[in-house]
Amino acid sequence: MEEKLIFEISSDSKKGYTLPALDVQAKDINELIPEEFQRKSDAELPQVSEPEAVRHFVNLSRKNHHIDKGFYPLGSCTMKYNPKVNEETAKLDGFRNVHPFEDERFVQGALKLMKELEEYLCEILGTDVVSLQPAAGSQGELSGILIAKRYFEKLGEERTAVIIPDSAHGTNPASVSIGGFKAFQIKSNEQGKLDIEEIKKYVDKNTAVLMVTNPNTLGLFEEQIFEISEIVHSRGALMYMDGANLNALMGITRPGDMGFDIMHVNLHKTFSAPHGGGGPGSGPIGVVERLEPFLPVPRIIKDGSSFKWNYSYKNSIGKIHSFFGNFSIFVKAYTYIRILGAKGLKEVSENAIINANYLLKKLEKHFSIPYKDYCMHEFVASGENLKEYGIRTLDVAKRLLDFGFHSPTIYFPLIVKEALMIEPTETESRSSLDSFAEAMIKIKEEAEKNPEVLHSSPQTTPIGRLDEAKAGRELDVKYDK
Amino acid sequence: MEIRENLHYTKEHEWILVDGDIATVGITDYAQQELGDIVFVELPEVGSEFTSMESFGVIEAVKTVADLFAPVSGKIVDVNNVLIDRPDLINSDAYGEGWIIKIEMSNNEELNQLLDAAGYKSLIGD
Repeated sequence: MEEKLIFEISSDSKKGYTLPALDVQAKDINELIPEEFQRKSDAELPQVSEPEAVRHFVNLSRKNHHIDKGFYPLGSCTMKYNPKVNEETAKLDGFRNVHPFEDERFVQGALKLMKELEEYLCEILGTDVVSLQPAAGSQGELSGILIAKRYFEKLGEERTAVIIPDSAHGTNPASVSIGGFKAFQIKSNEQGKLDIEEIKKYVDKNTAVLMVTNPNTLGLFEEQIFEISEIVHSRGALMYMDGANLNALMGITRPGDMGFDIMHVNLHKTFSAPHGGGGPGSGPIGVVERLEPFLPVPRIIKDGSSFKWNYSYKNSIGKIHSFFGNFSIFVKAYTYIRILGAKGLKEVSENAIINANYLLKKLEKHFSIPYKDYCMHEFVASGENLKEYGIRTLDVAKRLLDFGFHSPTIYFPLIVKEALMIEPTETESRSSLDSFAEAMIKIKEEAEKNPEVLHSSPQTTPIGRLDEAKAGRELDVKYDK
Repeated sequence: MEIRENLHYTKEHEWILVDGDIATVGITDYAQQELGDIVFVELPEVGSEFTSMESFGVIEAVKTVADLFAPVSGKIVDVNNVLIDRPDLINSDAYGEGWIIKIEMSNNEELNQLLDAAGYKSLIGD
């Protein structure tokens, strides 16, 4: 049954709340808000009773796929299970009810948590300092790029290019352009990795940054990263690491030790804060010591046994987010790190790698694997071999929904045709990996024998195939009566 | 999939129809099939100038976004404004109503760098 919009179940004169009597003196609206800023007509808020509102959203949530309901192998997104204890700690009174305007004397615990989280991230990343402020990976990237910009301005060097491999996340060139540089794309080599010859050829005195994701979006580790760092540094440029794939590295190796000068990490991926709900996210950045002066303000500093905010960094790129970032996400990531500890975090990455390789082995006989190598925490398969049956990767993705699985990331990275980017994460059991592999193999058999099933999938979801092109061409997100 | 004999092609999957100094440019039938449903095209301004292989616009499909590259150097003398509301014309008629820009070529010699129909056919492995 199609779910009505909450506006459609609304009826006038119904309401789901009762407000207490006013216990202060009422003031005329014109005294509080200038007339020009007042609404001319009432906001059309839906009017429903409490049970109607609850049922509406519960019913919607049941139609959704989420990590609490099933396997979610969305590559490069690290849709790992979010431990419920994170919610418990984030709900603690002293964390939930702090206000950003409170005097720092009264929020010492919150500041201490943030300072310690910064220190843990420094240890995990191998960077000298961390700022928690950016609210997403993409915002972390932009902050990092702005830091590079400011750094070269201070040096008095005019460098305009940022070099990015063709396997990069789309946010990389976007951050580069918005940050005022020109993105320059280089080709990956035949193994799907950074091509050291290309780097030697293109990194020059005009290059500000080499932006790298390691492991890259094919799930492959860049083994030549030391040599690459050396070349880049010898030509005066900086190394940036997109930390989207940090889930493969924790406790095993550190970006800072590989020569990266700036990086971001996603707390909502690697550190188990919820991901994919549209936020809030958190994308802290870590930098080497010489870039510290440029970090966003305010910074937390330790003053004896107490903590305080410091705004006085004259070379800072400024504020990148209101207040101090998304605090509740810090509490969740902090909880995750403290519960697992150094040993546990290493096991997370090890298991993520083992799970991905296990699935890779199960699927490699059935799907084409363009870059054959052991993978890290994710791998990329291709639906190219199904084209002869008139089946495309999109059809495979849609059919998976009928088996109760979310699709992997599809059509990314761009250097693989009909890409299926699969990241199982560490929390999946062997039996859940087996069920997914069985579904994939079954779908491949269907493609060969009965492709119609795939074209008409999904059949078990409340809504079948959406007209994605219509949504793109005629975007309409506003409700009108 | 259709490859027309009378056109020039680029490795970036654009076609070029030459009429005197004017080159009409679009994307190939193969390219529109690979991209899938096209939802948006960003067109350059008439009068702007591009050098060969410079990006002159952006094409956005449901699953991906791609740069459009000027196959030859020159000045933009016309753009297909109909595509702003009807980007699907590239899907339905890539070589006709789905044309994207017209360039007044500054160096006709550059045409020699382009692929002919047979060259393009072997590029896409058809």
